[in-house]
Amino acid sequence: MSPIPGAAASSRIHPAATPPELLRNFCIIAHIDHGKSTLADRMLQLTGVVDARAMRAQYLDRMDIERERGITIKSQAVRMPWGVGEDAFALNMIDTPGHVDFTYEVSRSLAACEGAVLLVDAAQGIEAQTLANLYLALDNDLTIIPVLNKIDLPAAQPEKYAEELAKLIGGDPEDCLRVSGKTGAGVTELLDRIVELVPPPTGDADAPARAMIFDSVYDTYRGVVTYVRVVDGNLNPREKIVMMSTRATHELLEIGVISPEPVPTKGLGVGEVGYLITGVKDVRQSKVGDTVTNSSKPAAEALGGYSDPKPMVFSGLYPIDGTDYPVLRDALDKLKLNDAALNYEPETSVALGFGFRVGFLGLLHLEIVRERLEREFDLDLISTAPNVVYEVTLEDKSIVTVTNPSEFPSGKIGAVNEPMVKGTILAPSEFIGAIMELCQTKRGELQGMDYLSEERVELRYVLPMAEIVFDFFDQLKSKTRGYASLDYERIGDQEADLVKVDILLQGETVDAFSAIVHKDKAYAYGVMMTAKLKDLIPRQQFEVPIQAAIGARIIARETIRAIRKDVLAKCYGGDITRKRKLLEKQKEGKKRMKTIGRVDVPQEAFIAALSSEPAGSAGGKDAKKK
Amino acid sequence: MSPALPEGDAAPDDGRLPPSAFEGVSDRTFGVYLHVPFCTVRCGYCDFNTYTATELGGGASQNAYADTALKEIALAAQVLPPRAVQTVFVGGGTPTVLSVPDLSRMLAGVRDAWGFADDIEVTTEANPDSVTPQSLQALADAGFTRVSFGMQSAVPHVLATLERTHDPRRIPDVVRWARDAGLAVSLDLIYGTPGESVDDWRTSVETALDTGVDHVSAYALVVEAGTRMAVQVRRGELELPDGDDQATKYELADDLFESAGLHWYEVSNWSRTPQTACRHNLAYWRGDDWWGIGPGAHSHVGGVRWWNVKHPRAYADRLDRGLSPAAGRETVTGESAVLERLMLGVRLSTGLPLDVLPAGARRGVAGLIADGLVDGSAALGRDAAVPRLVLTRRGRLLADAVVRSLAG
Repeated sequence: MSPIPGAAASSRIHPAATPPELLRNFCIIAHIDHGKSTLADRMLQLTGVVDARAMRAQYLDRMDIERERGITIKSQAVRMPWGVGEDAFALNMIDTPGHVDFTYEVSRSLAACEGAVLLVDAAQGIEAQTLANLYLALDNDLTIIPVLNKIDLPAAQPEKYAEELAKLIGGDPEDCLRVSGKTGAGVTELLDRIVELVPPPTGDADAPARAMIFDSVYDTYRGVVTYVRVVDGNLNPREKIVMMSTRATHELLEIGVISPEPVPTKGLGVGEVGYLITGVKDVRQSKVGDTVTNSSKPAAEALGGYSDPKPMVFSGLYPIDGTDYPVLRDALDKLKLNDAALNYEPETSVALGFGFRVGFLGLLHLEIVRERLEREFDLDLISTAPNVVYEVTLEDKSIVTVTNPSEFPSGKIGAVNEPMVKGTILAPSEFIGAIMELCQTKRGELQGMDYLSEERVELRYVLPMAEIVFDFFDQLKSKTRGYASLDYERIGDQEADLVKVDILLQGETVDAFSAIVHKDKAYAYGVMMTAKLKDLIPRQQFEVPIQAAIGARIIARETIRAIRKDVLAKCYGGDITRKRKLLEKQKEGKKRMKTIGRVDVPQEAFIAALSSEPAGSAGGKDAKKK
Repeated sequence: MSPALPEGDAAPDDGRLPPSAFEGVSDRTFGVYLHVPFCTVRCGYCDFNTYTATELGGGASQNAYADTALKEIALAAQVLPPRAVQTVFVGGGTPTVLSVPDLSRMLAGVRDAWGFADDIEVTTEANPDSVTPQSLQALADAGFTRVSFGMQSAVPHVLATLERTHDPRRIPDVVRWARDAGLAVSLDLIYGTPGESVDDWRTSVETALDTGVDHVSAYALVVEAGTRMAVQVRRGELELPDGDDQATKYELADDLFESAGLHWYEVSNWSRTPQTACRHNLAYWRGDDWWGIGPGAHSHVGGVRWWNVKHPRAYADRLDRGLSPAAGRETVTGESAVLERLMLGVRLSTGLPLDVLPAGARRGVAGLIADGLVDGSAALGRDAAVPRLVLTRRGRLLADAVVRSLAG
């Protein structure tokens, strides 16, 4: 029979009435540009869920930013019918985010599946993040189906990378499927193999309902749409449900499956994947990892694995135009509805005015949020250099949590603890030296090294997270010509010799430039920052010393010499109007500057100083004459 | 290419002024500027409104120019009732490319329109290589009282960079000839030309002072967009003048002028006595009235500023049709008027009475004194009856910054 089941077979796989043995729940683990979305599109087409005409490239990635960057931020689940022999099966494809910042979401998506397609670009081989997610999948006991994608590419080396995959997950290189999401080659075989190899879900149909939330998305029209995987029992429309972490009760207004648009159903049974709508307006009321149960017949115990999203990286976000502050506040309030990991509180900076200290899961999360704020809300923002969370123990043993360098205690300090990560770097072996050197300068400790193949190596490091959040990834990419990939996960805190370096303009601390750095790097930071600012701040009517200091001790100093001449020699033919208009323009320009003490600092100087570019490259275009 | 004209309101075809322009007329002096938009060669740094072709056609041609200018004088006489003209300044361009009879006819036109004050000052700019003892005497006979020579520098390589063609050795001669003819003399200098050393500049200043003139103007070279020099800078053939270097040269010149008995009375002008200062120039900074005759010329009467169409051809065409050559104008009021008063007044050694400053600006004066930009004793009224805002030498070099900080 055709792979798309006919009416008779389809009647056996109605949602809410599909026997678990006919369900297959799987996800695709892949690196950002290894073709996951294209493969998913092809599956939607082959299973008849989306016809070619309606096919929009990368159907499942809804947000513009995702489509432009080719990455998936929010996972979704699509139900696809598939026939093998006489039997019809319902395949639930759960899309997983592909980036390190969303490890927790990935783990919850994986927990909703029994199998995972390990998708690797046949021209590039496996990348660090894929490897990390693969390990997560193996931890979750998922059945792994290795697949090499993009075999249509001239540069594809399927034999080589099949070998590599076989080494990683065991088995025969011959078992590795070869597909092309672009041409569709091998995709039918892949769907068949999913049915064949992925175990059907198991659960107790008579037990109290337990469903795990693996995603929750805010929709302007419908409120929060919650994606769940039912483990035990069943959920039905109109009944009252309870979120087990908060004990909050909601009414199930709608329940259904995505195929690929939402289709309301009579309910969801054991092993099924679908969505719930309760009318809540904030994703925080429907948390990823939480367990949903029935209010009248509640489960005694929640499913395991739930934890609250914890921001790991903080940055100050300030509107360039101070009057945009309320716009920024409203924009963050809106984004928060759809982003349970986003948290923020108002913050005031002497240098930057009113803004927010925002916590993020990681750097990509920061970048995405910032970009959405600028794009969707038309805001121009300055973001301060990202920092991690420090625990400072004072002499009296009290502990201060520092999320902003300006909160770093100034008095006697007992100990400072900083968050550490376990980093995995995959790269061609020729770059081992360069990577080790980089990790060395970033205070990394090598934990181990393995060859995945003759040319590819996996390096494992323990690194301070603070070193990762600034420009580690950029440097890694540039030192390895873009070939290295990185994954990291939090592994607790470690005591370190950290100090706060302040930057002073004419004796006044500029809070936006303060940084917590390792003692051995304080001098380099001070020299770099003072030199950068010297280039960026225009000369003033008076000499401006720029100093870097640890406490009261000055560790670096530059001086912006006073400007000596700022007068127009003459008025051409009595053209007073021209001169006055020039002064008026200069006055306007002055209004757009931030005044620190008496020093006028252009906004661009803040932006350039807070970016990770080296000194000189920022203001190079109209560099001042010395 | 000369700088673009400002944007302003439309000017009426008959050149009529609003009644407000005539308020308080007796408090202001009246002068006439006559623009001569011709040169024999154009210097690389120059962005003035001047042309080297002798045949621009019709009334814009060099030999028809005096008659064209007289038409604007006649129109001006319709707009402004007779009031004694205190100063006339003929600038360019190179006024002396016109014949003395032409210059003389234009001057007579001004006199016929409004009448001259008894102590009238009549200045013309002149190129050192376009005058003779005879031509200078003829100018004096025609009613000129003062000549300002474009000396610029005494150093040949600096003059070459400026593309000035005169022989610097002529300077003492032309000064003597002018004085012999009974004319007061001023020399114009430029500092900060690419390639000019501090010693070169010292040589120029000393050479100027050696002639014994009573008045010197010294201007920092500005590389204006659209000039040949700007192109040379862009190509890397010349280095952009450096502000610090210009400041050093300004201070050096100020020292040398002072020790020779010439005192600053305006940021770029030094004079032996108040009587030898250029009164026409002072009128610009004091906000007095003047009518600018000629293409691209600017005028000011009682808070109304206007400017003529730039090209001599367009200028002549409008006058031929009996229309005012004004291209646009503005009436300066409110904050703009305050800003103008500040930016013009601070340039003078007499400064500004403190009580004309807005309250906010007055509060900023203490800081400027502390920074060494404003003279503390003048601000306290020690030297004069009225406390005044007078810039120190450092303040003169930062006059625009001072104005911005006072204007807040």
